[in-house]
Amino acid sequence: MKIMTCPMNGPRNISEFVYGGEVQEMPDPNNCSDREWAEYVFYSDNAIQVVREWWMHSASSYWFIAERHTGSDEILKTYPSTELFKERVEFAAKATGQTS
Amino acid sequence: MPFSLLKYGLSGDYPFEKHPDLPQPTKLKKHYDVVIIGGGGHGVAIAYYLAKYHGITNVAILEKGYLGGGNTARNTAVIRSNYLTSEGVKFYSESVKMFKKLSNEFDFNIMYSQRGQLTLAHTDAAIRGFRQRAEVNKHFGGRTELIGAKEIKELVPTLNMNPGHLPVLAGLWHMDGATARHDAVAWGYAKGATQRGVELHQLTEVTGINIVNGKVTGVETSKGTVECGSAVQAVAGHSSLLAAKAGFRLPITTYPLQAMVTQPVKPFLDQMVSSSALHCYVQQTGRGEIVFGGGSDPYPLYNTRSTLELKESLLASAIEMFPFMANLRMLRQWAGITDMTADYSPIMGLSPVENYYLDAGWGTWGFKATPICGKTMAELIASGGKVPELIAPFAMDRFDEFRQVNEMGATAASH
Repeated sequence: MKIMTCPMNGPRNISEFVYGGEVQEMPDPNNCSDREWAEYVFYSDNAIQVVREWWMHSASSYWFIAERHTGSDEILKTYPSTELFKERVEFAAKATGQTS
Repeated sequence: MPFSLLKYGLSGDYPFEKHPDLPQPTKLKKHYDVVIIGGGGHGVAIAYYLAKYHGITNVAILEKGYLGGGNTARNTAVIRSNYLTSEGVKFYSESVKMFKKLSNEFDFNIMYSQRGQLTLAHTDAAIRGFRQRAEVNKHFGGRTELIGAKEIKELVPTLNMNPGHLPVLAGLWHMDGATARHDAVAWGYAKGATQRGVELHQLTEVTGINIVNGKVTGVETSKGTVECGSAVQAVAGHSSLLAAKAGFRLPITTYPLQAMVTQPVKPFLDQMVSSSALHCYVQQTGRGEIVFGGGSDPYPLYNTRSTLELKESLLASAIEMFPFMANLRMLRQWAGITDMTADYSPIMGLSPVENYYLDAGWGTWGFKATPICGKTMAELIASGGKVPELIAPFAMDRFDEFRQVNEMGATAASH
């Protein structure tokens, strides 16, 4: 059994966790081009190295950051996302000026 | 014969065949018209069709390991075309047609065995999806029917009709579903290509891509620098790593995919049976072994290790489907490295680098596309970058324009 340490719940079986993608810098959704948004949504380095990733403990719906090596599967570090994101990121929808 | 054996026994030389299937390795030339990176099924198929249909034979296939030793050897050899989108069905149907003729074309038995593929529906939503797939398939000349529980029971009497408390309601019966010997496909193509003058260089790793003014001019290899007119990458499982050497990123995430095989038993299962709700597909090989596989691992990794969790869940599902399998022993397990795209369709065509072509993103569906991908990619390369209509929908820039070709629902075992 592979163990991952959740910053909130402690060491748990990795099957309790869900992978959420590489941590990437989000472009401003209101002002970026389609290409930039696609780059953020679909593209990735996908390299063999230590990668900073989003993970969720599914039983508690708690999202956090893990640093994991994508070649050896070694989990080096897990920590709350507040260590990277100091402010809340707002996802307000772009005002289109249309009423549907 | 005993004397010649004795002679070799004393000489210390390896007894080379007089007419080997593959020519002995030569030294890398300074320049090739086309360099194909990756000597798997796709790479050698591209070389074969370049030589056969376009008369381009100054071609080198550079393979870091050995012929067909990567995912070509690791897939479960399923051939089918019962996809969801018209783009996907058109493309894979062509592949099935080509597969049927390959043994004759190669004069080399690829052990093509048409046995049909049955996908199980356990929910009304799945039946609706299957109905659509059956109609799309029929429209493009495939043989696919939606069949009911009674017919499934007749077709596969050993199947548990209530696996994992998910009653089998209906099935997508794809009569064109087949298997073939994957190594034979790679060898057949390699033999045909090298006989026409293509060079296959095994144990030759590409370490860098040389680009001048946005145009590929050559590649660095573990055996020296090679100049080329154009290059194509066909390195399933390592697409992103090679693309990084050419200086761009791909819309790909790489996951392991695990599969297993049991000890051989008497023939009992002609069809390939899969259930995406149980994340499992089961088939019996010509040798009697039962092969089963599932979806990719739950998170990305470049490693062919196996995990107990996945083995347990895969075995549990397989035993639910065929309860008598609980008495069988596992013979082997293995994993492949799958380059998954967000829409479960491949990436074929142009790249940001001029004259550098992509044959990537083949996730869990690469083997079944080997002939048609080789043929269309050869056409693309020979024409200097004119994308054939059949593969135009699979261009990488579909992601930039948000027009994905969604085949996620048409995979055999993952959702």
